[in-house]
Amino acid sequence: MASPASSWLPVGQRFWVLGLVLLILAPYAGVYPVFLMTAMCLAIFACAFNLLLGYTGLLSFGHAAFMGSSAYVTGWLMRSAGWSPEAGMLAGTLGAALLGLLIGVVAIRRQGIYFAMVTLAMAQMVYFLCLQLPYTGGEDGLQGVPRGVLLGLLPLSNDRVMYFVVLAIFVAVFLFVVRVVHSPYGQVLKAIRENEPRAVSLGYDVDRYKLLAFVLSAALAGLAGSLKTVVLGFASLSDVHWSQSGEVVLMTLLGGMGTFAGPVVGAFTIVGLQNFLADRVGSWVTVIIGAIFVFCVSAFRRGMVGELLAWQQRRQAQARQGQPLP
Amino acid sequence: MDELFGIPIQALLGQLLLGLVNGSFYAMLSLGLAVIFGLLGIVNFAHGALYMMGAYVAWFCMDRFGLNYWFALLISPLVMGAVGAAVERVFLKRLYRLDPLYGLLLTFGLALIAEGIFRDQFGVSGQQYAVPDLLQGATNLGFMVLPNYRAWVVFASLGICLATWFLIERTRLGATLRASTENPSLVQAFGVNVPLLVTLTYAGGAALAALAGVLAAPVIQITPLMGSNLIIVVFAVVVIGGMGSILGSILTGVVLGLLEGLTKVFYPEASNVVVFVIMVLVLMVRPAGLFGKEK
Amino acid sequence: MKLTRIAAASALALATLFGSAAQAQSSEPLRIGIITDMSGVYSDLDGAGGVEAIKMAIAEMGGSIGGRKIEVLAADHQNKPDVAAAKAREWFDTQGVDMLIGGTSSGTGLSMAKVALEKKKVFLSVGAATSALTNEQCSPYTVHWAYDTVALAKGTGNAVVKAGGKSWYFLTADYAFGTQLQNDTAAVVKAAGGTILGSVRHPLSASDFSSFLLQAQASKAQILGLANAGGDTVNSIKAANEFGLTKTMKLAGLLMFISDIHSLGLNATQGMYLTDSWYWNQNAETRAWSRSYFDKMKRMPTSLQAADYSAALEYLRAVKAVGSSDPDKVLAQLKKTKINDVFTKGGFIRGDGLMVHDMYLMQVKTPAQSTEPWDYYNVVQTFKGEEAWTTKAESKCALWK
Repeated sequence: MASPASSWLPVGQRFWVLGLVLLILAPYAGVYPVFLMTAMCLAIFACAFNLLLGYTGLLSFGHAAFMGSSAYVTGWLMRSAGWSPEAGMLAGTLGAALLGLLIGVVAIRRQGIYFAMVTLAMAQMVYFLCLQLPYTGGEDGLQGVPRGVLLGLLPLSNDRVMYFVVLAIFVAVFLFVVRVVHSPYGQVLKAIRENEPRAVSLGYDVDRYKLLAFVLSAALAGLAGSLKTVVLGFASLSDVHWSQSGEVVLMTLLGGMGTFAGPVVGAFTIVGLQNFLADRVGSWVTVIIGAIFVFCVSAFRRGMVGELLAWQQRRQAQARQGQPLP
Repeated sequence: MDELFGIPIQALLGQLLLGLVNGSFYAMLSLGLAVIFGLLGIVNFAHGALYMMGAYVAWFCMDRFGLNYWFALLISPLVMGAVGAAVERVFLKRLYRLDPLYGLLLTFGLALIAEGIFRDQFGVSGQQYAVPDLLQGATNLGFMVLPNYRAWVVFASLGICLATWFLIERTRLGATLRASTENPSLVQAFGVNVPLLVTLTYAGGAALAALAGVLAAPVIQITPLMGSNLIIVVFAVVVIGGMGSILGSILTGVVLGLLEGLTKVFYPEASNVVVFVIMVLVLMVRPAGLFGKEK
Repeated sequence: MKLTRIAAASALALATLFGSAAQAQSSEPLRIGIITDMSGVYSDLDGAGGVEAIKMAIAEMGGSIGGRKIEVLAADHQNKPDVAAAKAREWFDTQGVDMLIGGTSSGTGLSMAKVALEKKKVFLSVGAATSALTNEQCSPYTVHWAYDTVALAKGTGNAVVKAGGKSWYFLTADYAFGTQLQNDTAAVVKAAGGTILGSVRHPLSASDFSSFLLQAQASKAQILGLANAGGDTVNSIKAANEFGLTKTMKLAGLLMFISDIHSLGLNATQGMYLTDSWYWNQNAETRAWSRSYFDKMKRMPTSLQAADYSAALEYLRAVKAVGSSDPDKVLAQLKKTKINDVFTKGGFIRGDGLMVHDMYLMQVKTPAQSTEPWDYYNVVQTFKGEEAWTTKAESKCALWK
């Protein structure tokens, strides 16, 4: 379970390098870049969510509020106030962090199912605001967000340029999450997840740690939302709807919560499924996603990556049999 | 006095009455949810889907077999009760030892499956279901014209809620049920078939949801989305009332319906979100809900 | 490490293999895409019937032009502008779609128009109503084909006020279309000497209209203006009857289609005024075309489905005339030809992108007057050419000055 504390890349480095190479080459191989960019944005969202669920043990059922509100903030600033992409995305991320602080302060006081319900309730209030405020365009959404020019140098309207920017941000977020989890702060979070009363008895201000995790998770979710708005050119109510909150739970669960690769794999799988199946089977996409949910909870709780890691460890344990204990 | 706080009293009473109708639905649905959570510890996200399927069963009865509303009131709960029993046996039995959040996620998945299948078959547009002949027409109450059917909904649902409450809180069967969830092994030692009771409880909750669906069918369109539109509001009601408290859910459901009606007079768009504001406020003051007991 | 090197090498090889395969335009099929509401509240107005109508247009042109086969792609946007825009973008980028037909829902029409402008492709908006498509949001690549909120307002609004309906209350669908329709109708009503007593918004595809109708009743207005469409209109009218609203107020369905009348029945709708762009039972040509549509779909076509046919047909005719599917050339051709087909005669596309054609004020027949199924309308008045639409003076389109 424990990886060498000094390494800063997770176990299985070759898998990561391969994945990165494939992602770099994908647009040249004819894969539709907008599809991959959407998948990466949602992967960032899932990684952010996993920080809270997998590593801190808090199930938030209203995480779409952060992704969606940030999408609207960035969209409006870039479209109606003419801000540049980097300024817009920064504003969106900070806005989401602020919202995370607000909601976190209220929600952290409760635990388990009540925590989830409070996050859901507050997310519904955010949805209501996004529906009613004049800036957001209500049911029509915020449309026509220009891609802009990043840092005055990179024209994002070129799909390929946009793609590599998204890829760079995705890798950065991923490495950041790895860093956080491996840091002393991350160890405390894990301790809280495993046994909160013991962490309290050890003298940690548990609420403070949980709140920070919540705000961090919210900020990264906000970054995902901002990025998505720049890529697709609009922010809509689907981004703040509670079904989006449910979807990110599924992505994390399917991929494997408490692993690094899990949320990424889960996000790519779900987005890929939706994209591939939507034209062919219509409403059955919902059925398939529901079936995956049921299957995961019933028999596959560790998720794809989790099961893979467990299998790997069983193999290693078998190989070590017959050797003296260290 | 024609106006109260600047609002014509006609409008106020009318919206309150409509709110009462909605409130009776909330009460019935949250009752089923509260029963399932209070007695089984499962956060049943599939409740909305059961409600929706109950309405569709009523439609099937009418469309394919020509059976009228009164038959549907009997058949639909039985059918959905059976479905509920099957779901409990196949899926939920293994989750009791785990974190309740897994139950929530699994039932969420089941709800998605049900919704997807019905959406594929029927689209989102909805089926019409006629008001039964006996309850057609409307009564002029002076401040508004109330369709008779809606009055029936209020009486029927409140009657069912009170009957269920009585069954669980005041009868021997109810006492056995409550005991078996608190200490299953002890009750089993007394010769009571606890797993069967648990299955029947979930089936009962499903039947209640289906009954609400049949009552709703003539009022709103029967669409695959009717459950998911309602489910989070119903959740909020249950949380406010106290997750294990049956009386709490009934009262909260009705009061919430009235509050929504009131909101519609002043700020109609906010009627969707008022329940969530109340939920957060209540949870801050009383962590286990209004009538709940902290476990 | 060895593994990575092998992987990198093979990925590179694959990349060069797929590379950038240049696609010769002449052998590629000509693709028409339609993104509309296939399963929701507006699915009867356009939906699968619209796709069928386009297929009829393709068949009319013989299935191919200059050796290029003509194909139609269809997708469901579920009335979500983001879904529509993403699909449009994907089709333009990866499927080589040459022309996009916009189905129902104004929000989606606006979002697709933006994508078409960005990609510089032809966009013919058939189902969307909002007049913003040819005003604030006008674009050289958008043609608004069938109808818009201004035409509806001028037609029905004036007719109802003239018939005595002076005080109005609006029940409005809470998105681009409803808001625009309410604004345009309010302007017409006020200009005709009427008054607006208030309005209430309902969410798109609302399930229960009772509380909104109560508010309408409290206003004591003479007319309830229904600024919504499709399933919402049908349910509003049903609920209005249920709550006895029709005894004290008259209903004005600002956007109604023949499929709505069919759902509600003549008893509930007789005498209502509505403005539409086409009626299947107007003349021998429309009847003949409609019967062949009916043979396939078992329903009479709505004006939107006829407009889908017309838009696809005229586009294909223009492609044939120009000899290429280059968007700028085809649009130039479309904008200088007269539109003559079963949908309209003597139509033309003017500077703001509107396809100007006649509109009709119709009144729903009483059950006694109707001689066969779907025979629902009397044509009361014809608005010829420009008189139905926004005038140049009123226009807010920057391209048309």
